[in-house]
Amino acid sequence: MPVLDMLETELREVNATLQAAARAKGNETFTIENPRGAHAMAVGLDGPISVTVKGSTGYYCAGMNKLATVHVTGSAGPGVAENMMSGEVIIEGDASQYAGATGHGGLLNIKGNASSRCGISMKGIDIVVHGNIGHMSAFMAQKGNLVVLGNAGDALGDSLYEARLFVRGSVKSLGADCVEKEMRPEHLEILRGLLERAGADARPEEFKRYGSARTLYNFNIDHADAY
Amino acid sequence: MCGIVGLFLKRDELRPKLGDMLTDMLITMTDRGPDSAGIAIYGDAASGLKITVQSDTPDKDFAGLDASLAEVLGAEVTMRVASTHAVLTLPVAQEAEALSFLEARGLRVMGSGESMEIYKEVGLPKDVAARFGIREMGGSHGIGHTRMATESAVTTLGAHPFSTAGDQCLVHNGSLSNHNAMRRKLAKKGVFTKTENDTEVGAAYISSRIAEGATLGEALEGTLKDLDGFFTFVTGTKTGFGVVRDPVACKPAVMAETEDYVAFASEYRAFADLPGIDAARVWEPEPATVYFWER
Repeated sequence: MPVLDMLETELREVNATLQAAARAKGNETFTIENPRGAHAMAVGLDGPISVTVKGSTGYYCAGMNKLATVHVTGSAGPGVAENMMSGEVIIEGDASQYAGATGHGGLLNIKGNASSRCGISMKGIDIVVHGNIGHMSAFMAQKGNLVVLGNAGDALGDSLYEARLFVRGSVKSLGADCVEKEMRPEHLEILRGLLERAGADARPEEFKRYGSARTLYNFNIDHADAY
Repeated sequence: MCGIVGLFLKRDELRPKLGDMLTDMLITMTDRGPDSAGIAIYGDAASGLKITVQSDTPDKDFAGLDASLAEVLGAEVTMRVASTHAVLTLPVAQEAEALSFLEARGLRVMGSGESMEIYKEVGLPKDVAARFGIREMGGSHGIGHTRMATESAVTTLGAHPFSTAGDQCLVHNGSLSNHNAMRRKLAKKGVFTKTENDTEVGAAYISSRIAEGATLGEALEGTLKDLDGFFTFVTGTKTGFGVVRDPVACKPAVMAETEDYVAFASEYRAFADLPGIDAARVWEPEPATVYFWER
């Protein structure tokens, strides 16, 4: 199993090595040591490869991930797994703001807490947060599932489109046009599958579902005077 | 964008290493703020008041400055010169007299206090730290800043930390949008700022609240109500430091705590060389929440 030590290897070289291995589709397994909070760690991996980052990362770790598995044993800085297409990103610690932003697919599994704007503008990604999430999470979220085992901060799901939000704990406040919705059997099924994939110790029945009231989809002529 | 670092030591054995640890943290934050850098270091309390002054022509301005000041005050004055800065130590009761003398000589007052010294200049953080010998400085706590200017010019006086009262200082990542209105409000109360800088207004706001009887915690709570804009603030006092982020909290912040220290930084990178960081509790301070540590 190749080991890349960031004390000896430059970030660009580490990323180039990982990207080449991903393109070669050899299902290789890499370990990165001493990340020391570096930015843009293990980004743009476009193929099946497994990377374990031993430590904490800075901005934009595992951005644009496709098919690859990236496992961070520490915490991740802002913008982890931004615009992920597929594959899996696992954060053992906490994730900073806008984790999983604009993600199209794959699973982002955060074992600790995520801070503000988690899943902002998500477009199909599944995000499971074992702890709490901060304010303005799932802002303008379009598609995919956000599962939170802990509590959600202010303005959850503001201006939400069709993403599904599942929260087990409390929600400090709901954003504009976000409402609690009935949990139907098909939702319990989706949730069961996600909890199982993320190795989360929780039962689907403990969660509440939130979604779009769809009142912002069309312009309301009665509000014309407001502009 | 700017970079902030802060370190509060819980164990006296680490005190001689404070400057060294803070310097490494500051240099790591260079790409968040390459314009200017500054540091406030809380060292051993002097037997008197320390006033830190700056001059662009230190050879001329600092020659015999201690003797002249001693003559005016009729008291003993000691002086330590570090590049463009000089730290003068004098009797506490004679602060006002000393400040008017120093300002009349055209010197820029960086700050004053019984334990705080402030060093700040335009330039790369590594160069700023080297010219003042920050690495060799000891102390109980300190905060530093690397600046990428937005709200006022790149000058020595525009660099952080800003000090607007004895032993108090503030560093800031962000930009305040109501600083002109707040500057006028403070002026009506007789609190005046020296620059056009937004952060100085934030510092003056906090100092004025404390002068009116608020605790550090209450003053920091007040910033959430009375200051508009983006901010992650770290403020230093004689006995500790405090942290507060605006409710939107888009300016990054991360903290780490071990049995030996509490550390603050804009990014985790700045912690990478701290002793025992792998086992530290690391977390992101919550928005609109005041944190402070005091000894």
